[in-house]
Amino acid sequence: MSNYFTENQDIQFQFNRIDLEEIIRIREDDYQQARKYPYAPTDYEDAKDNFKRILEVVGDISGNFVSERAREVDQLGSTFEDGKVTYAKGLEEAMKRLNQAGLMGFILDREYGGLNLPITLYVFAIEMVSRGDASLMNLFGLQDISETIENYGSDEIKNEYLPKFCTGEVSGAMVLTEPDAGSDLQAVKTRAYQDEEGNWYLNGVKRFITNGNADVCLVLARSEDGSRDGRGLSLFVCYGDDTVQIRRIEHKLGIKGSPTCEMQFHDTPAQLIGSRKRGLIAYVMALMNGARLGVAAQALGIAQAAYVEARRYAQEREQFGKSILHFPAIADMLVKMKVDLETSRTLIYATSKAVDMLKVSETELARLKEAGASITDLRAQVKHWKSMADFLTPLSKYVISEKANRICYDAIQIHGGTGYMQEFNVERHYRDVRITNIYEGTSQLQVIAAIGGVIRGVADAEFDAHEARSYRHEARQLANRLKKIRALLEKSKSYVLEQDDKAYQELHSAGLVEMYGSLYVGYLLLDEAADDSRKMLIAKKYIMDAMSTAMAHTESITKGFDTLFADVDQILTNE
Amino acid sequence: MPLHTIVLVKQVPDTSNISGEVMRPDGTVNRARLPAIFNPEDREALELALRLKDEHGGKITALTMGPPNAAKMLRECLFMGADRVILVSDRRFAAADTLATSYALYKAIHHIGEYDLIFAGRQAIDGDTAQVGPQTAEKLGISQITYTQEILSLDLKKRSIRARRAIKNGYEILEAPLPILLTVVKNAAEPRPFDVKRLCTYKKAKSKFEIEEMVDDSHDLVWMDELMNKALENDLYIETWNIEDIDADVSMCGLAGSPTKVHKVENVVLSGSEFKQVPATDEGLNEMISELMQDHIFG
Repeated sequence: MSNYFTENQDIQFQFNRIDLEEIIRIREDDYQQARKYPYAPTDYEDAKDNFKRILEVVGDISGNFVSERAREVDQLGSTFEDGKVTYAKGLEEAMKRLNQAGLMGFILDREYGGLNLPITLYVFAIEMVSRGDASLMNLFGLQDISETIENYGSDEIKNEYLPKFCTGEVSGAMVLTEPDAGSDLQAVKTRAYQDEEGNWYLNGVKRFITNGNADVCLVLARSEDGSRDGRGLSLFVCYGDDTVQIRRIEHKLGIKGSPTCEMQFHDTPAQLIGSRKRGLIAYVMALMNGARLGVAAQALGIAQAAYVEARRYAQEREQFGKSILHFPAIADMLVKMKVDLETSRTLIYATSKAVDMLKVSETELARLKEAGASITDLRAQVKHWKSMADFLTPLSKYVISEKANRICYDAIQIHGGTGYMQEFNVERHYRDVRITNIYEGTSQLQVIAAIGGVIRGVADAEFDAHEARSYRHEARQLANRLKKIRALLEKSKSYVLEQDDKAYQELHSAGLVEMYGSLYVGYLLLDEAADDSRKMLIAKKYIMDAMSTAMAHTESITKGFDTLFADVDQILTNE
Repeated sequence: MPLHTIVLVKQVPDTSNISGEVMRPDGTVNRARLPAIFNPEDREALELALRLKDEHGGKITALTMGPPNAAKMLRECLFMGADRVILVSDRRFAAADTLATSYALYKAIHHIGEYDLIFAGRQAIDGDTAQVGPQTAEKLGISQITYTQEILSLDLKKRSIRARRAIKNGYEILEAPLPILLTVVKNAAEPRPFDVKRLCTYKKAKSKFEIEEMVDDSHDLVWMDELMNKALENDLYIETWNIEDIDADVSMCGLAGSPTKVHKVENVVLSGSEFKQVPATDEGLNEMISELMQDHIFG
C-alpha cells in the first residue's frame, strides 16, 4: 500500500515549493467563484489545501488501485472484435475509479462541472497515474481534448460536450495522424465538406489514433478544396457513432492497455471548432503543446516506477556476499537515475508554471481589453510567457522522455537477467516508456521546436539575473560552472550561426538545446539548494555532469565539417 | 417517498497498527495512542448504501455515537456521498457497552424519523462483538439480515429487499420486508474514493464541538451563533446531538446503562513453538508432504 503523493518526498518538496498564488487568484476570479460554487476556494491557502487533498486522492488511487492492476492490463491489452474495442478489465475499473473521484474535468471550468485546476496540478496527477499504469495516462491524460473545445469551441459546442467530459460520460480522442501524415500534419487528407445547409461531414482514414474508439473525436481535416498545406486544414468535433468505423487496433511494444486505432470516417456529421483554416496552425499546435507536457509527465511517472523497482532490487539483491547497491557501478546508475528524476521535476514544474502563467495572462489581457484599460504591460507579459512556454514545453518533452528511457534501461541493467523476464515490472516499464520520446512529436521534432528559443535567448534575461546574484560557498562554485557552460554555449551557438548552413544548424540543434536547457535547470537547482541542503547534492551532480556534456558538445560542434555528416552518402552506400 | 437509508458508523482505533508502544502494562490498549480510523466494515456498509442510492436515488444519513473527534469520520462520509451526518456525543454516553450503545442509537434513529433501510458494519475492529447492529434492530422492532455480502435486489414498490448472507461454509439468500437493518461483512463492496468536489466542499463541515472550539478562548457567544448560522446556511453543519436531544434515559446510557463488566484481562503473548527444518531436496519435501497428510492437514 502506497500513496504516490504523500509518500514521494520529492513530489512533496516540489508541491510545497510551488507558488501559484497569482495563477490561482486569476483563475478563481479573485476568489469570486467561491460565491457560486461551494467547492471553490475562498483564498490561496484554501486553494492549496484543496490541491493537497485532491492530489492525495490521486496518489491513493494511483498507488493502491491502479498499480495493482497494471500488470494484468499489460498482459490482456485492449482487444478488437467485430469492429468493437474492449479495454482490459483493470483499465476499465481504474477509469471508473478516477471517475468516481470526480477527476475527469480536471482542468475545465466549473461552469461545465470541471475542477478549474491549473495545468501544474494536472502534471502532478499525470505523473502519479502514469507511475501506476502508463497506459491509463492515455485515457486520463487526454483531457487536453476537452480543453481545446473549451478554448476554441462555440458556446453551443461547449455546452453540448464539456459537461459530459466532466462526468466521465464520454471519453475523447485526438484524431490527427494519417498513413501519410505523421510528423508532417500538413499532408492531412481527410476531407471535410458541407451540405447545402452548411452542415459539416468528414470522410477519410486516420491511423495510430490513441483511444480512437472514444465517444467524442477531435478531428483534423481538409476543409478547403484544392489546398495542399496546413492552411487548408480545420478542426472538427464529432461523435464516434456508427459512421466512424474502427478498422483495426495496433499490436504494440508497450502501453498495451491503451488502444491505438485505425479508423475510417464515412460522411460523419461534425461541427467546426473555431474558424476555418486555423485547425492546424492555431488549435492543433496549442493542443499538441498541452499533450507534450502530458507525455513528459507520463515519462516521468514511468521512470519513477522503474527507479523504485531498481532501488529496491539493488538493496535486496546480494552477490559476492553483499548487497549490489554497494558496488560503485550500480550506485552510480542509481544516483544518476535519482538526479535525473528530481531535476526532471524541477524542469517540468517550471514549464507547467509558464503554461499556467500564459493562460492567466491571456485571460487578464482579454478582461482588460474588454474593460478598455491599458494593456501594454500585459501584452509584454503574454509575449514573455508565450515564448517561455513555447520553449520549455518541447524542451521538457525532449529531455524528460529521453532521460526516462535511460532510467528504464538502467533499471533493467540493475536487475540483470531477472529484469529481462516478465516476472519483474521493469520489463514493462521499459516497453511502456519507449513511446514517450516518439509520440506527440519525436525527440528530433522537439529539438526543432525548441531551438528557436535558444537562438533568440528566451531565458537570457533570467541567466543574467542569476549571474548577477552573489552565491556563497558551494553554490558559488556551481554558479561559476554555470557561467562556464554559458560561455561554451555562446561559443557553440556563434559557431553554428556563422556556418550559414541549414543542415549543419539542424544537426547541432540538439547539442545547443541540451546546453541551454541544462543552464536553465541548473539555475533553478541553485534556487532549490538555497532552501534545502540535500538539493545542493543534486545540483552539484547535475551541474558537474552538465559541464562535461557541454564541453563534449562544444568540441563536437566547433569541429566544423570534420564531422561525419558530410560523408553520409558514401558511408551509407552498402548494407 | 424517496429511499431513506441510515448508515451506522463508528470511528475506531486502528488496531491493525498495534505496536508495543500502545499496549498498557495491564494488557489493555491505549486508544489515544492509536490513529482513529473509519471502521472498515462500516465503510463498506456506507458503500452498499451509496450503490443503492446510485440506482434508486434517495438520501443517506450517516449516524455515529462517539467522541467529538468522530466528526472527522463523518466528514469522510460526506466526501463519499452521504447527504446528512449526525454526531451523537455526550460525556454521559462514555464507557457504553453494546446494550447502552444500541439504546442510544435506537433513540437517535427514532429522533431522525422515517427510514427504509439501516446499514451497519458487521462489527467494529476495536471490540469485535457484532452485537450493536442486531440489538439496534431488536429495539427498533424491525427485521434484520446480518452478515450481508451482497444486495441482490431492492423493490421499492413491494417494499422488499433480497440479499445474500454469509453463513458457515456457504451463503443463503434472504428476502425481507422494509424497513430492515442489514449488517455488512468485509469485502462486500470496495468503498469508493472521496469525490474531490465533495472533499473541497465538506472539508469545511463542522460539528458543534468544533465550532465551540473555534470560539473557545474568547467565549464570544454571538460569534459562536454567527458561525453556527453560517455553517447551517451553507449546509456545512455536522448535526450534533446530546442525551436530551435524542430524549434518552440517562440511566440507560453510558456506564450506568452497561451491564457488561470486564471480568479479567489476560495478557496473551504469542510466541512460536518448536519448528522443524525441511531440507530443500525432493526427499525432504516428500517427507514433509507425507507427514502433513498423516496429520490430516491436507490430503
